[in-house]
Amino acid sequence: MELLMAILIGVLFTAAVYLILSRSLLKIVIGTGLLSHGAHLLILTMGGLGGASPPVLAEGVTDFADPLPQALILTAIVISFGVTAFILVMAYRAYAVHKTDDMNQLKGNDEHD
Amino acid sequence: MINLLLFPIIIPFLFAILLLFFKENVRMQRVLTLIGVVLSLVASFYLLITVKTDGVQAITLGSWPAPFGISMVSDMLSALLVTTTLLLTLFVVIYSFTSIGQERERFFYYPAILFMVTGVNGAFTTGDIFNMFVFFEVLLIASYLLIVLGGEKKQLRESIKYILVNVVSSALFVITVAFLYSVVGTLNMADISVKITEIGQPGIITLIAVLLLIVFGIKGSIFPLHFWLPGSYAAPPIPVLALFGALLTKVGVYAIMRTYTLFFTHNIGFTHEILMALSILTILIGCIGALAYFDLKQIIIYNIVIAVGVILFGAAQMNEAGISGAIFYLIHDMLIKGALFLLIGIIIYVTGTSNLRKMGGLMKTHAPLGWFFLIAAFGLAGIPPLSGFVGKLLIAQGAFQAGNVWGSIIMLASSLIVLLSVMRIFIYAFWGEPVELPKTNRKSYVRMMFPAIAMVVLSIFYGVGTEWLIPYMTDATDVLLDPSIYIDAVLKE
Repeated sequence: MELLMAILIGVLFTAAVYLILSRSLLKIVIGTGLLSHGAHLLILTMGGLGGASPPVLAEGVTDFADPLPQALILTAIVISFGVTAFILVMAYRAYAVHKTDDMNQLKGNDEHD
Repeated sequence: MINLLLFPIIIPFLFAILLLFFKENVRMQRVLTLIGVVLSLVASFYLLITVKTDGVQAITLGSWPAPFGISMVSDMLSALLVTTTLLLTLFVVIYSFTSIGQERERFFYYPAILFMVTGVNGAFTTGDIFNMFVFFEVLLIASYLLIVLGGEKKQLRESIKYILVNVVSSALFVITVAFLYSVVGTLNMADISVKITEIGQPGIITLIAVLLLIVFGIKGSIFPLHFWLPGSYAAPPIPVLALFGALLTKVGVYAIMRTYTLFFTHNIGFTHEILMALSILTILIGCIGALAYFDLKQIIIYNIVIAVGVILFGAAQMNEAGISGAIFYLIHDMLIKGALFLLIGIIIYVTGTSNLRKMGGLMKTHAPLGWFFLIAAFGLAGIPPLSGFVGKLLIAQGAFQAGNVWGSIIMLASSLIVLLSVMRIFIYAFWGEPVELPKTNRKSYVRMMFPAIAMVVLSIFYGVGTEWLIPYMTDATDVLLDPSIYIDAVLKE
C-alpha cells in the first residue's frame, strides 16, 4: 500500500513541478495546489498506513491509526489554504495592474543599469 | 516565572491582535506598537539574564512530559537572537513613523510587523521541528503582507516570485519533516537528536540533512538558492527591507546552525563539507553581485548574501573558535545590516534616487549622515575596533585550526570586496560635485537620523564591548558544541 502511495505522490510532484515551471500564472498556482496535496499525502504515508480503526478512544479498540500525522496534516492544510487564497488574490491584482498573466513578461529591470 | 521564555513571543502577538481593532487611528497604532516592542524587549533582556545565571530554559506546553508536548527552549543563542530581533524592531518601528507614510500605516502595517516578530522569535525559541515549520509560516505570511503592502507595480511583480519560492520551500519543509518522522518517529528536537545518535546516522538521515539544508538554504539564501533574494528585496520600502534583510535570512541561518549542531553530527565529513563548499560559493557570488551594481539597495542586498556565507562558513568548522565566531558575526550582521539599510534609506530619501551615478557631494549638505555611514561601512567590513572584527577573526582562527586554509583566505579576501562595495557608495554619494537635490523636509530627515544613529552607536558598543560579551558567547557556543546540555535541559531525566 505504501508503495502505491509513494508512486501516486511521485506523480503528483511531477505534475506540480511541470506546472510550476510553466509560463501562465494560474497554472503555477494550480501547481502549488498539487504540490501541497502531494506533501500532505506524503505525511500520511510516512506516518504508516497501519491501524485498523480511526484514532478515537472507544471501548475495546487497541489498533489505532497514528494520530500525530493527521494533526500535522490538518495544520499544514489550513496553512497552505491561507497562503493559496493570498496568492490567488495577488495573482488577480497583478493581472489587473500588469495586464498579463505571462510570467515571462512579469520581469523588469527598469531601474537598474 | 517558568513561562518567561514565552513572553517575547506572546507580547508582540497580543499587541498585534489589539492593533487590529484600531485600523484608522494611526497615532494609537504607533503608541501601542512602541509599548508592545519595548515590553517584549524588557522581557527578553530579563530572559537573557535568567539564561545566563540559570542555564538553558525549557518548558513543555501544557505540562506534558517532554517528547510528547511541544517544547520551547531558550538557550543562550536563541535568547541573544530574540533580544537582537526586538532591539532591531524597535528602531525600525521608530524609523517607520516618519518614513512609511499614512496609507500603509492605515492598512495593518504595524500588526504585520508584530506578527512577523512573533514568528521570528518563535522560530528562534522552539524546540519542536514541526512547530518550527508553523512559526516559519507565521513569519512568512506576515512578510508576504509587508512585501506587497502598498500595491505598487514593482511590489506586485516581485512579491509573486517571493511567495512562490517560499511556498515551494515550505512544501519541501513539510516533506522533509515527514521523512524525518518516518525514520525517528518523533518531532521533539532534543528527542530527534537522541534517536539519531542511537541509530548512528545511516544514509537516509544524511539525505534528510541535505534536504533540510536545501529548505533552510532557500530561506537563508545560500548559493545556489539565493536567486530570489535580490529582486524580491528591492521591491518593498526601506523599513520593511531593513527588517527582512536583518531578520528573515538569519532565521534560515539559525535553523541550519541548530540542526547541523544538534541532529547531524555523526557524518560531518559529508554534511559539513557540503555546507562549507556552499558557504564559500555563497561568499563568492555575493561579492560578484556587490561589485556589479550601481544601485544602493542592490549593493547592500548582495552584502546580505556575503554575510550568510561567512556565518555558515564559521558554523561548518564545528570547533569552538569557528562556532563562536559565527555567533558573534550573526548578531553583528543583524545590527549592522539594520543600520546600513536605515542609512541608505535616508540617502535615497534625500537624493530621491537609488542610482549611485546620479548622486554626489552630499558631504557638504549632510555631513553627519556621511560620517555615520562611513562608520557603519567600516563596521561591516570588520575594521578592528568596530563590530565585524571579532567574528571574522574567530571564524578565520577556527578555519585555520580545522585546516581549511583556502576557505578562510577567500573569506578574509571577501572583506576587501565588502569594503570596496560600501566605500564606493560613500565616494559616489558623499564626495564629488554636489548635484541638485529634490526638495525634502529637513525635519523628517532629522527624525529618520535618530534610529539610524542609535543602531550605528549600538554596533560600535557591540564592537568595543567584546570583552564584556564573551561570557554570553561562550555559553551559546557550549550548548551548540555539546548537544547533551540542550537534551538534558529538555528531556530532564
